[in-house]
Amino acid sequence: MLEERVDQGRRLVNMFLGTSLGAMFLSVFYPLVKYLIPPKLGEPTTISVTVPWKPAELKANSGRIFRFGSRPGLLIKTPAGDLKAFSAICTHLDCTVQYREDRQAIWCACHNGVYDLNGKNISGPPPRPLDPLQVKVRGDQIVVMKG
Amino acid sequence: MRVNGIIGWIEERIDLSGVKHLLQEKVVPVHHHTIWYYFGGMTLFLFVIQVVTGILLTFYYRPSAEEAYESVQFLMTEVQFGWLVRSIHSWSANLMVATMMIHLFSVYLTQAYRKPRELTWVTGMLLFGIVLTFGFSGYLLPWNVLSYFATKVGTNVAGVVPIVGRALLRFLRGGDDVTGATLSRFYGLHIAILPLLTTLILGLHLFLVQQQGMSVPPDVERASAQQPIRTMPFAPNFLLRDLFGWFVALGVLAALAAIYPWELGQKADPFASAPAGIRPEWYFVFMFQTLKYIPARVGPFDGEVLGVMGFGIGGLFLLLVPFLDKRAARGEPSPLFRWIGIGIILYIAVFTALGYLAPGGK
Amino acid sequence: MRIVRQLSFGLFLLAALCLFRVPTAAAMHACIDCHKGLEEERLSRPVKKITDDYHMVKGLKCQDCHGGDHTAFDNKEASHSRAKGFLGKPKRQDIPTFCGRCHSDPRYMRKFNPKIRTDQVKEYYSSVHGKKLREGDKNVAVCISCHDVHAIRAIKDEAAWTYPIKVAETCTRCHADAKYMKDYKIPTDQLKNYKKSIHYEVLTKKGDISAPTCPSCHGNHGATPPGVDSVANVCSNCHAATAELFAKSAHEEAFSDLGQPACVTCHGNHDVLKPSDELLAGGKDTPCANCHEVNSSELKKANEIRTHLQDLAKGIDRAEAILTRAEHAGMEVGPPRFELIEAKDALIKARAETHLVKVKRIKTLTDPAVVIAEKTVKKGQELMVQLQFRRKWLAASLLGIGAVLVGLFFKIREVDRRGGSG
Repeated sequence: MLEERVDQGRRLVNMFLGTSLGAMFLSVFYPLVKYLIPPKLGEPTTISVTVPWKPAELKANSGRIFRFGSRPGLLIKTPAGDLKAFSAICTHLDCTVQYREDRQAIWCACHNGVYDLNGKNISGPPPRPLDPLQVKVRGDQIVVMKG
Repeated sequence: MRVNGIIGWIEERIDLSGVKHLLQEKVVPVHHHTIWYYFGGMTLFLFVIQVVTGILLTFYYRPSAEEAYESVQFLMTEVQFGWLVRSIHSWSANLMVATMMIHLFSVYLTQAYRKPRELTWVTGMLLFGIVLTFGFSGYLLPWNVLSYFATKVGTNVAGVVPIVGRALLRFLRGGDDVTGATLSRFYGLHIAILPLLTTLILGLHLFLVQQQGMSVPPDVERASAQQPIRTMPFAPNFLLRDLFGWFVALGVLAALAAIYPWELGQKADPFASAPAGIRPEWYFVFMFQTLKYIPARVGPFDGEVLGVMGFGIGGLFLLLVPFLDKRAARGEPSPLFRWIGIGIILYIAVFTALGYLAPGGK
Repeated sequence: MRIVRQLSFGLFLLAALCLFRVPTAAAMHACIDCHKGLEEERLSRPVKKITDDYHMVKGLKCQDCHGGDHTAFDNKEASHSRAKGFLGKPKRQDIPTFCGRCHSDPRYMRKFNPKIRTDQVKEYYSSVHGKKLREGDKNVAVCISCHDVHAIRAIKDEAAWTYPIKVAETCTRCHADAKYMKDYKIPTDQLKNYKKSIHYEVLTKKGDISAPTCPSCHGNHGATPPGVDSVANVCSNCHAATAELFAKSAHEEAFSDLGQPACVTCHGNHDVLKPSDELLAGGKDTPCANCHEVNSSELKKANEIRTHLQDLAKGIDRAEAILTRAEHAGMEVGPPRFELIEAKDALIKARAETHLVKVKRIKTLTDPAVVIAEKTVKKGQELMVQLQFRRKWLAASLLGIGAVLVGLFFKIREVDRRGGSG
């Protein structure tokens, strides 16, 4: 009789242990599988961003702000028709710069800093040129990348 | 049973007697110091966690100065449970160094390094160095401000070693400064070279432990002259207890990852100045703090060089202790070495605390 | 024995070399050679100072400014000979022309720096300092008052008295000294006031050397305070957008009719504080109350503007706070942070727009930005909810682990009893 009770006890412990171990195994397996499934956003987008405009849409001598990672970028089309991109963060006190058609230059409204079409600081307080970004045109798409 | 059939099939082809002996015959001594036996296995368990989470991380991490930070950010936010894998990896690394130190010092203070286990001790010390290198190289990989400057300071200290210092610094950094080249090197070191070395040396370490069995502290050994030492079977008793500890560790890791997720900080900017209060990981802090206290010049010698040489000599002492401690080798009590060990533990504890509490060290 | 002899000889040679003064290039110069040993401090001081002098770096020496014969060693008459063009120490009122001998000569200066200006002396005589010097006032600043003498550093040298971060100290060595300035009818509290300003803070704490300091508004060589009608022109060099808006507003005419200068009437001249939205509160102590009645419709408008600005500012602060909390808890906040930049830009624009004093314009700027700030707060709250999910997941898995531990505990007990631990 005692033997049976001991056996039952043993079976109970084994069952309990087995089930809980199984549950733990699943709770490790589940995140693992989800981790390995590729996420919606294929890869980190802070390196390259496709701007939402087509090359033909942009007029010469104009500029637009777009999102690059978590910071603003400025895409300009020079009067000559070249596409250029820079970080839109002014190197003086971090205001967002804008393109001025009337001056054919990049301007910061905060303290009247001016950058030329190569991003170089030519007037006012900004101590450094704007960080340049690479622009690549692939057919109908404009891709802006770091560097 | 099905299992027996499979085992029988294998036994017809491979000699499984070693494995059988391990599972059926191996015993573990039971005494008031048995608790320390679990720390080696705990370190091994945490290492396995590191390998698994580390391999998972390689699926998304990109080892270049331009992409490393962003790839970790991506991992933490877009990848399902990416935050969990990364936080577990970072926390487990720290826990592993802690359990390894407990393992090291408990082995030291129970003099388990004495004959015939000198080689086990030496392989263990080599593993300790490897694990610290794992920590140092892995710390740089997210390429954030803290890790960039910690690496800068750390490799600077390496450059202070006499004669080979400059070459060593250039070798570590892949150049004169910490750059993307450093990142590539550290990555190769972290995922290929160090794992290979660990496999070889750890394999040797575990083989030796299995071959020689568990060491028993000298006082227990002496007492066993009157009375045989109690033992428990390795399988399943000791293993189950091991498993218990491992699940506790797993729970701790999960809690740490969910409640104190590992921060990513800001992306490294080589042109910015170092933030105030820069400090290496806690297991290097005692060395960092010691160097802060040594004056710039001590007599005709450069203070920093003296400090680094001091650490080198300390490490060498620990490495060679089985060969230096003649009394333990004879099985006699060795209070001098025990006190040295306690002194080293106190030194590390005090200086680590100073590193966090002393003014100017914030 | 031999080695001992060789060593001693070597040591003797070393000692001898140390004791013998090998003539250096400086010692080969009669002026320096004599003046450095003179007892009178004011005569030996120049020798100590010229080690820092930029003219020396360019190869000029004592005789290039003071004339005389620099090869006449130990012979005061010969070295100080008028025939050799010795000029000695120029009189204070002659110092500008003394320096101007070179600095106003483009043909000479372009040998060193073709771009350097050569009109400083002319400008100087158009300044208050220059005019008074001509009238015989010896107290006013001359070249050496601001540029030091014998230790004249380059303009770009951070230790130069005229370096942007240090120049205010230089000007106020006289201008903040009440005793020195007691005969002139101008205040001496400019430095005290300037130190309260945002310009001073940006200059000294952020190290932004484009921030205005004394010469930025007053000029350096032609130093004159800008007149009441032109001080706004000075501010508008940097604050162009704001000045444009003010010029289009009703205040432009009103101020010029009253003879009040733009900008400084409300913002001060030296103590230009970081403007706060409270300037618009319309209370008795605001600049508006200087002209407008306390409960007038204009001040009510001002208060309305302030309310719009404050609402937006508070909304942005709330959004920042929750995003920072989420970020510290490990969540990614890049996209909502970017959206918030638009709101922050709008606030800056709206604050500048107050100079046009049109409530509707301000509202068109702040209203959409407030919406953005609120959306960002919502996004932050969503992130915090995700965080809670993690905590719940953790609790569940800890329960699971707890169950395993309980199971293991019993298993261990069973296995031990089965005759394991013998």
